[in-house]
Amino acid sequence: MHEMVVTENILNIATRHALHAGAKRVTDIHITIGQLSSIVDDSVQFYWDMISENTICQGATLHFSRIPATMVCLECGNEYKLNEDGLRPCPSCSSFHLKPKTGEEFFLDSIEIVK
Amino acid sequence: MRVQVVEKILNANDQVAGLNRVKLDEKRIFSINLMASPGSGKTSLILQTIQGLNTRMQIGVIEGDTAPVTIDADKILAAGMPAVQVNTGGECHLDAVMIDRALNALPLVNLDLVIVENVGNLICPAAFNLGTHANVLIASVPEGDDKPYKYPNIYRGLDVLIINKIDLLPYVSFNMEYFQQGVELLNPGLVTFPVSCKTGEGIEKWIDWLQLRVNQQKAG
Repeated sequence: MHEMVVTENILNIATRHALHAGAKRVTDIHITIGQLSSIVDDSVQFYWDMISENTICQGATLHFSRIPATMVCLECGNEYKLNEDGLRPCPSCSSFHLKPKTGEEFFLDSIEIVK
Repeated sequence: MRVQVVEKILNANDQVAGLNRVKLDEKRIFSINLMASPGSGKTSLILQTIQGLNTRMQIGVIEGDTAPVTIDADKILAAGMPAVQVNTGGECHLDAVMIDRALNALPLVNLDLVIVENVGNLICPAAFNLGTHANVLIASVPEGDDKPYKYPNIYRGLDVLIINKIDLLPYVSFNMEYFQQGVELLNPGLVTFPVSCKTGEGIEKWIDWLQLRVNQQKAG
């Protein structure tokens, strides 16, 4: 996908918040990614080591927490986890009218800094 | 020390997209983000759309390509409408900043509709909001009937689906029911237009939809 752009955005957001908090250094960055977001952690890590060099974030460890996808049925209200086997109608009422409740998250949750 | 951030990673893009929307709304221009895989007929659909609407409105086209070519923009210009070519320099998608620059290069005061032809790709364009009013995807019959199942994210964010090359249905194995079930699972009730850019079949309904949305935008 476009992990380079994503990694640059992570660096920009983390740097802005770190400077605002008066940090000397950023040690850890916590990122939340929903199951439905097609981002490859390894690629982000690969770019991270290159682009964070000589910044306040150099050496910071990236932590990725994955949120499983939960679907909600718009017909019967049933909530269920989306399996890896892909798209299926509602297991309770067989309806096709579904909406993801969780799994589309893609945000920088927090940073850990040294002052 | 832990600092709470909770900021969307593509927030910077979303903010510029918001400004693009304001710019378009101020001029009462309706705009679409046209996405599809390479070879599905994006430029053909735009040319058919221009042909169907050119006596009724002015249409500006933003052509996204990864390579520095002007093949598509040249076709639009030859059809008599203003076009801007955006070369992404290898990037897999258009982003809101590119659209901001392209909008500045179009004669917006004269326009009723802006069509953005995104880079041919079913993955990355889905993640980048451009600020346009409607996301439109072309799925063409020869690509196969399994695409909603394989590229769910792009289908989730759609406002309109166009199924192109329906003139080829007798010659390829494309199970329309299986395809449409996948679409329904991702985007129930999605507005869908089956068309053939080659024969012109079905184009009229798509043109009517666009005309309606352009009128609504004009009325405010």
